[in-house]
Amino acid sequence: MSKATDVMTPDDAAHGHDEHHDHHIPKGITRWLFTTNHKDIGTLYLWFAFIMFLVGGAMAMVIRAELFQPGLQIVDPNFFNQMTTVHGLIMVFGAVMPAFTGLANWLVPMMIGAPDMALPRMNNWSFWILPFAFLILLSSLFVEGGGPAFGWTFYAPLSTTYSGDSTALFVFSVHIMGISSIMGAINVIVTIFNMRAPGMTWMKMPLFVWTWLITAFLLIAVMPVLAGAVTMVLTDKFFGTSFFDAAGGGDPVMFQHIFWFFGHPEVYIMILPAFGIISHIVPTFARKRLFGYASMVYATASIALLSFIVWAHHMFTTGMPLFAEMFFMFATMLISVPTGVKVFNWVATMWRGSLSFEVPMLFAIAFIVLFTIGGLSGLMLAITPVDFQYHDTYFVVAHFHYVLVTGAIFSIMAAVYYWLPKWTGKMFDVTLAKWHFWCSLISVNLLFFPMHFVGLAGMPRRIPDYSLQFADFNQWISIGGFAFGLSQFIFLALLIKACKKEGEPVSDQVWEGAEGLEWEIPSPAPYHTFETPPVVK
Amino acid sequence: MTQKNNQNRNMVLKLVVIVIGMFGFGFALVPLYDVFCDITGINGKTRNSAAAYEAVEIDESREITVEFITRTNTGMPWEFRAETKRVKVHPGELNTVSFYVRNPASGNIVAQAIPSVSPGLAALYLNKTECFCFNQQPLSAGQEAYMPMQFYVDPQLPEDIHYFTVQYTLYDVTARADDLDTQANPFMTQQPESGK
Ligand code: HEM
Ligand SMILES: [Cu+2]
Repeated sequence: MSKATDVMTPDDAAHGHDEHHDHHIPKGITRWLFTTNHKDIGTLYLWFAFIMFLVGGAMAMVIRAELFQPGLQIVDPNFFNQMTTVHGLIMVFGAVMPAFTGLANWLVPMMIGAPDMALPRMNNWSFWILPFAFLILLSSLFVEGGGPAFGWTFYAPLSTTYSGDSTALFVFSVHIMGISSIMGAINVIVTIFNMRAPGMTWMKMPLFVWTWLITAFLLIAVMPVLAGAVTMVLTDKFFGTSFFDAAGGGDPVMFQHIFWFFGHPEVYIMILPAFGIISHIVPTFARKRLFGYASMVYATASIALLSFIVWAHHMFTTGMPLFAEMFFMFATMLISVPTGVKVFNWVATMWRGSLSFEVPMLFAIAFIVLFTIGGLSGLMLAITPVDFQYHDTYFVVAHFHYVLVTGAIFSIMAAVYYWLPKWTGKMFDVTLAKWHFWCSLISVNLLFFPMHFVGLAGMPRRIPDYSLQFADFNQWISIGGFAFGLSQFIFLALLIKACKKEGEPVSDQVWEGAEGLEWEIPSPAPYHTFETPPVVK
Repeated sequence: MTQKNNQNRNMVLKLVVIVIGMFGFGFALVPLYDVFCDITGINGKTRNSAAAYEAVEIDESREITVEFITRTNTGMPWEFRAETKRVKVHPGELNTVSFYVRNPASGNIVAQAIPSVSPGLAALYLNKTECFCFNQQPLSAGQEAYMPMQFYVDPQLPEDIHYFTVQYTLYDVTARADDLDTQANPFMTQQPESGK
């Protein structure tokens, strides 16, 4: 890494003067430990997220290996439950959310013309407490009695009455993750409010910045509620309170209300920044302006507001009265209107554009198609009477993996391919990238599409065994799973090559149709950018 | 630059207030939930204090079937059953049903019964003038008891409800019981068997 600036091709020489900034970058491990530079911290977040993605992925491989055949063969049911639980927690809090925060760190200051994040020291803290949170969570797997096995949703009384002592570790690690993302969110909000370059008015802000701003508000609104929920679980379990214990006057159903009051906005936390990313990539490779910029902003805001009044669609089967079922059904369906507006705008942007299919665009198009499939299965789940059949089956698993893997994660990959040349100054290995895309695309559908069928046929989720009739589909699903897991090593290889600064140097604009402040600074982006703010016309 | 720092600090302070407020809101949801369910009666919880039986007019024209189901929580060894599985009542009429419990374990156990009504909306119209669920119920090893429950159905019960179910779940609350004196159980029918 320290050799990076030595090699300079003729093309690069043109930007040589910018690299002068680089010579006072501290070297070695202390650079990363004490850094307050938004680009360094962005890189840390992204690598951390990728490592967590591989760790959580390894757990998914255990799950799929066990489900390869009916019957119990590889792991015991308690360990299986720990795998589904920790897989979910790691992917949500360790992979998707930190990856978005990493992208925000890299991109938000560059997009609004700011020299750094508003609170650089807090930025350092909010990253560096994360590895400890996950060390604690992972170490809980080795505690006697095993780690958390109650599902990522930690419903009471599973997490209060029927859980092991490791629950304390789980609660503690969720607290740290929460603090980290709240600090990250505060940083994003303050940066966007106070650090925009002159002339960067609200309605000129790039959509990634808009979507992240709204996400950050969602984060500070609901992460504290999650912290409250885990705290109540902790005191119910260890200190004799009975928030969720009917015998002591509490109510276990209330747990679900509190959890999903956090949980549904949380799923939008994981998708709004993705909407922003896609809204950058599609116009670039369609060589057209984004269709309906203002409607995108309003759609994002209304999705965020509506996300607070739909939580009980996760609880249709808890015996709510009819009017509540109806209310949550229609409120949920209402959310698909602004979501539909977005999909419509992306398609309209591509309509009659001069399209080209570079790797980021491939991921973006896959996102649009596959996320829409996930949205449609969500709409099916929102229909109360049919949810009684689908609830807690693999149909739900299919739904949320379409929106989260081919949605959120594909958007993150699209973003990495789109902005990586700006970060490193070199074009990534396009052949490897295409292999990564096509292998992932095929395997991910083999992995998640048949889950719709087994779910409709009644296969329950979170069970290590299943009845014989599901055997064939499950084998295909597992094969898809292994293939998807392996495909990610192509990505790993590509990223390592990119960090070693291999590849053809790129221009400042990188992509022919790219627009925005980040494409006006040199490639690779110098360590310090916009120390004097640009003026936005 | 310092102006900018002040600006940042003010904004951070405001955001931190929101964060703390939302943390508090999470806890405020607990009483809010109870109040909300109390008013609307939507979670099937009944009142846990005795209702007075004022001279309510008995509505002979309606007949409501009330069903009783019993259940013990996991790990709770008591036998527990409703002596009356099902009664037909007129709204306004006072009825008494009885539940049998026995403690087969070798130690004292204190139980708490928690009622739940389905459909939930009926819970508001089930008025209990006397119920074993209002208090914790202690039994020593081998003891048994018949516990009464006296209720009437409010004549205001919505027209479309003809049938509802009352489920009692017995929880073992020995660990946190207020009163371990098993002799105090007013419904006890039998002294502990000797030699046990
Ligand atoms: C059109 C929009 C959407 C609708 C109508 C919708 C609807 C639903 C419904 C009704 C359920 C509950 C199913 C059940 O448990 O029976 C559900 C579950 C879920 N949804 Fe969505 N959804 C939508 C979009 C999304 C998005 C964008 C995400 C995340 C990025 C998401 C993530 C999830 C997750 C994680 C679960 C399962 C939670 C669990 O039980 O573990 N959904 N969705
Ligand atoms: Cu939801």
